[in-house]
Amino acid sequence: MLRRALDSEYLVLWLVLASFVALLPFTPDLASRQNLVNLLLTLLPLLILACGQTLVLITAGIDLSACSIMAVASVVGGLAMNGDTGWLAGSPWAAPAGVLLMLAVGVVFGAFNGLAVAVLRMPPFMVTLTTMMAGSGLAIWLTRSETIYNLPPAFNALGGHLALAAMIAVALAGGAHLLLNRTLLGRWLYAIGHNARMAHISGVPVTGVTLAAYVLSGLLAAAAAVLYTGQAETASPLLGQRLLLDVIAATVIGGTSLFGGRGKVLWTLAGVAFIKLLDNSLNLLNCSFFTITMVKGAVVLAAALLDATRRRLLEAEA
Amino acid sequence: MSALLQFEGITKRFAGVPVLRDVTLAVETGTTLGLVGENGAGKSTLMNILGGNLRPDTGRLIWDGRPFAPAGPAEAAAAGIAFVHQELNLFPNLSIAENLFLTRLPRRGRLPWIRRRELAAQTRRWLREVGLEAAPETPVERLSAGERQLVEIARALSLEPRLIIFDEPTTSLSDRETRQFFELMSRLRARGLTMIYISHTLEDVLRLSDLVAVLRDGALVGHGPRTDFDAARLITLMVGRSLNQLYPSRASWAQPAPAPPGTPLLEVRDLTQPGVVRDVSFTLHAGEVLGLFGLMGAGRSELARMLFGLDPFARGTVRLAGQPLRSIKPDRSLRCGVAFLTEDRREDGLALEASIADNLALVTLRRHAHRSTGWLDLAGLADAVRAVRAAVRLTPTARDEAPVQTLSGGNQQKVVLGKWLLADPRVLLLDEPTRGIDVGAKFEIYQLIHKRADAGAGVLLISSELEELIGLCDRILVMRRGELVDELRRADFDRERILRAALHERSTA
Repeated sequence: MLRRALDSEYLVLWLVLASFVALLPFTPDLASRQNLVNLLLTLLPLLILACGQTLVLITAGIDLSACSIMAVASVVGGLAMNGDTGWLAGSPWAAPAGVLLMLAVGVVFGAFNGLAVAVLRMPPFMVTLTTMMAGSGLAIWLTRSETIYNLPPAFNALGGHLALAAMIAVALAGGAHLLLNRTLLGRWLYAIGHNARMAHISGVPVTGVTLAAYVLSGLLAAAAAVLYTGQAETASPLLGQRLLLDVIAATVIGGTSLFGGRGKVLWTLAGVAFIKLLDNSLNLLNCSFFTITMVKGAVVLAAALLDATRRRLLEAEA
Repeated sequence: MSALLQFEGITKRFAGVPVLRDVTLAVETGTTLGLVGENGAGKSTLMNILGGNLRPDTGRLIWDGRPFAPAGPAEAAAAGIAFVHQELNLFPNLSIAENLFLTRLPRRGRLPWIRRRELAAQTRRWLREVGLEAAPETPVERLSAGERQLVEIARALSLEPRLIIFDEPTTSLSDRETRQFFELMSRLRARGLTMIYISHTLEDVLRLSDLVAVLRDGALVGHGPRTDFDAARLITLMVGRSLNQLYPSRASWAQPAPAPPGTPLLEVRDLTQPGVVRDVSFTLHAGEVLGLFGLMGAGRSELARMLFGLDPFARGTVRLAGQPLRSIKPDRSLRCGVAFLTEDRREDGLALEASIADNLALVTLRRHAHRSTGWLDLAGLADAVRAVRAAVRLTPTARDEAPVQTLSGGNQQKVVLGKWLLADPRVLLLDEPTRGIDVGAKFEIYQLIHKRADAGAGVLLISSELEELIGLCDRILVMRRGELVDELRRADFDRERILRAALHERSTA
């Protein structure tokens, strides 16, 4: 019974629904239209971010720098697009060009991570930890620690308009889902995560595939930055500073293994929903920021324990 | 004289396959027992039972007159049994002294401070004993392989054991170090220490032992004072007569005249990598099963890894179907039609947690993907998986989605073989394809090997089991210390000659 439950793919999805129903009597506001819109608006970029993390975790890597990449992308986009001093200011192409520029930032950072991990064989934890530090430093330096306002309305709509934001997020998450399930690259990502030595011998281009995972993670982080920045209508060097925990937590709670080889976009979706629901309901219950952080920490620990237990059971079975 | 150690009717099976059959043997106090046998004859299993790593299915050990069943290595060590292993079990990042006394560092009373001076003094004493001139503080990683072996011996001696087991102690020693080691052994013997000496170098065994015991297929086939044996007799005993194990026969063998060799597929010339292989040249023909025999450490697996592009080589050329291969890499080898079934299927062959279908499909995945988008043709993939499952006769009860680790060893190996057969390779490099699997699965794998060869592929078959090579191959190459030393056609297959070449015995038999 326990094993069946632990092994169930949609365990977390059921947990989300159950906790939603269980919390409703205490916080009737949870189901209000305004709250649900808010919940979705903040859930979407986190989903995109977590999808990138899922791709990397599947290869048995980790991307700690995703949130810093987001901050740099946000700031670079803001500097280019803002109506006061931006060099794209006033141009009708400001929004699309700004978005492309932001995505390019993500690709460059991702490529840096990927090259260090795949070609130089450095440990992913160290590489992305340093990129994280350097990235957040760079974002603050670029803006002299100031927030950038006055972004083009067309750009702000991408993140602020629920339907538009939902379309972008669904397209990207759906793309990641198809990539993992239906393409060569997806299967190779899993193979590397399971056993990189074996994958190499079996003709998988391990270096290129690992590189691709980090580039995609960077790209998705930049896409998340587009949504977050548009939502806030400001570019901030502190964007996503507190999100790293949420991203990793959501992915791991969903069931993606920190040991590699296991993970699905649908699981990640459930994990993201769980984390956001937890966040939102604790907020509505008037918990302080610190309480929320502590509770989330405990939940992440529980998720990691679940992952380890799952593995132990699998091994005992074999 | 009384027996320090007795094995009484020891029997041990792995997955139903007997590896030790009713072994009864005594080691008298103060004598040296030489233990010989082919790879897989059961020497290591016997020593693992003595060391507490394995338990016998039936039979018992008598140690110093009392029944003895060590629950683990620590208990065996406490009883006074020390091992010097062939593989080095040292921590390279620690110093010699720390390696020697890791579990019993001299401390200041109960405080966690180490008495460094005493540690160094004690270490120096044991290093003097083995004749190694090195400071106790030297990190082990700075020592040569031979020096490390001496450190291992010093560690064993520092336990002040009553019995030391040496398992191939001289393989990594230079000639000078070997001579020193032999002097050390005679000193230990003079002091009355009981020893078991395991080696493939029969001359050394005869020189150093008082008693000799020969194992074959898990049974004790010869045993007595050293003076009753010579190298030729030992080899005859080790090889024995043909086993009743079945091997499939190839149609081509039934013909009166041997078939002319097919076109050359893989031509290897002067392949050299210092310290690993030297001037290896051979040709693998289409339709041929070519055996490669050698003792452990002869360089067989290393050669295969080079041919597939996993390890570099310094000199030499490799031609595939006449085309010279410049830089060899696994994915390129694969595209050229070379498959490599590795020795270690858990580490190199399978993604154990992934499904049977995913494992089978991995090598040929690219063929089912759209050229530019990588979009997979799942239906085509499923068809291929189904076909290969039938071809290798994988157990029909396992679902495609089941993790590979839920399969038996034989079925796991069929998955590895299947994933390579899907690629329809022209050249198959098979490294120990039947290791650790049951007899039925072995026979099926033998049939698959012959079927591929009949279809025109060339198979290079590496095995430690001489019987297997003799049963399956058209030709056998013998490797010793990184060199090819002999080549035999099927008509000339001769167990003694092959084993002698692999062992390098200057015997008159």
